[in-house]
Amino acid sequence: MFLDQLSLAWPEVILGVGVLVLIVWGAFQGKSNAVFNGAAVLLLAAAAIAAVVGPHGSAFAGGMIADPISAFAKVFIYGFSAVAIILSDRWLARRGEQKFELAILVILAALGMGVMASAGDLISLYMGIELHSLALYVLAAFRRDDAKGSEAGLKYFVLGALSSGLLLYGASLIYGFAGSTQFPEIAAAVAEGGAEGGVLFGLVFLICGIAFKVSAAPFHMWTPDVYEGAPTPIVGFFAAAPKLAAMVLLARVLSEAFGSAIDEWRQVIVAIALLSIFVGAFAGLAQRNLKRLWAYSSIANIGYALLGLAAGGEAGGTAMLLFMVLYMVDVTGFFACLCALNRDGKPMETIDDMAGLVKERPGLALAITAFSLSALGLPPFAGFWAKFYVFKAAIGAGETYMVWAAVLGLVGSVVAAFYYLRLLKVMWMDPAPGATDKPAFEGKAFAYVAAVFSFLACMPFLYFIEPVAKAAAAVLG
Amino acid sequence: MIGLTHYLTLAAILFTIGVFGIFVNRKNIIVILMSIELILLAVNINLVAFSVYLHDVVGQIFAMFVLTVAAAEAAVGLAILVTFFRNRGDIAVDDASVMKG
Repeated sequence: MFLDQLSLAWPEVILGVGVLVLIVWGAFQGKSNAVFNGAAVLLLAAAAIAAVVGPHGSAFAGGMIADPISAFAKVFIYGFSAVAIILSDRWLARRGEQKFELAILVILAALGMGVMASAGDLISLYMGIELHSLALYVLAAFRRDDAKGSEAGLKYFVLGALSSGLLLYGASLIYGFAGSTQFPEIAAAVAEGGAEGGVLFGLVFLICGIAFKVSAAPFHMWTPDVYEGAPTPIVGFFAAAPKLAAMVLLARVLSEAFGSAIDEWRQVIVAIALLSIFVGAFAGLAQRNLKRLWAYSSIANIGYALLGLAAGGEAGGTAMLLFMVLYMVDVTGFFACLCALNRDGKPMETIDDMAGLVKERPGLALAITAFSLSALGLPPFAGFWAKFYVFKAAIGAGETYMVWAAVLGLVGSVVAAFYYLRLLKVMWMDPAPGATDKPAFEGKAFAYVAAVFSFLACMPFLYFIEPVAKAAAAVLG
Repeated sequence: MIGLTHYLTLAAILFTIGVFGIFVNRKNIIVILMSIELILLAVNINLVAFSVYLHDVVGQIFAMFVLTVAAAEAAVGLAILVTFFRNRGDIAVDDASVMKG
């Protein structure tokens, strides 16, 4: 009986036990090396396979759900975590700051994100969020002797803890007024009594807490500072996997626990989405630092994903999942470029640093061009298809204000086009201030793979992944 | 007679004090950590009060999880605070402005 339930949690068991073994191994070895990181990557791969082939169902009194959407999310979460381990470890190695804790923290974060993706009640929701957040706070401050890094970690911690508090207060109100922590029973209570009073109040707090985690406006203020201060490859990790996990969690809470109250929450989500799109577009105009710029870009992108989610049902869920996956490839590729680029041993982090890059490093310049055009939403790049699904879902939702929201989203992406095009102009037209260092191999490799995906491979990929995403989102329908 | 409403009101007041403690206080990070703790304890009062009111033990189990996580959170927070202090020799938040916020 217990073993049957445990078989649903194979990915978590593999990661949980594996990470303990890695801690002991790392403690004896001291530093990380290729074998150690290879084992960490293999562990994540094993967990991803277990998530795909494992049985579906619900276990531990409904606390944990294994279904197509959790498997879909886990594969990408674990995959991008593995990429983060390789990128970050090599990046730290070039600075002589290689530590075995890196792989451990990333795996613990991935474990927490997996729990978020398959949370079936408020307790496992909270535990998943905390497990991944605590690991991410430490990762932000991973370079202990770096003043900016520790400041980023501290800011992330304070605001993250506040958001957990908001989320938890909302969870306690939902528990009290709906009478249960489990999503199906909350749904039954909401369907019976309607979402009003305490439950609705709790839901708003819960949405605020999760909006903090996905850095949606107006809860985005930590994002630029943390992205600027944290180590570059780790920022690439922050911008990808945790957001997918939190978006899947939000989708699950909204549809499984509050599915019948869609008219109440849809307006809140649309408001947050549009605010994020415009904050991301307008605040990004003033940024000179590329990490800050991409922080605002990620805020705007989360706005589009939320817009897809607000469409509701299977179409909205599919749009959100596809958008997140395509966005994650782009953002990881972009940060891989930033990891690879140095001038005189210093990282190139501002727009002006990129001047004349096309003559210096044509390959990486082309890759950054691809990511910028993709973020801008130009066909045939991946970002175009991502936005295409979102707008299609929003217009198909059958509400007039959703159509207007889609139009406003389009306006927002036109505004944001300015800063992407400015970067391209600086990169292609301006003279280079000096020679760049030889780019690191792994950064270049990931950047090229992501750029080729974004430009050419995304269409055949979508052909295969769209039915999978649809099947995953059917759970939300 | 002390009823559910009283507990909920107390929790709401503590929660508000905690949130304001973070936003209004801009001097000391230790006070911010205390405010976070206050928020989590307000939630615990909520959970336990609801648990008694609903005759359902899940709320108390949830409160146990919250207590455990609060301890872990304080440990991580203080650890980050120590690295921050080592880099600057000060923990005043006013100085936390290498990056413009």
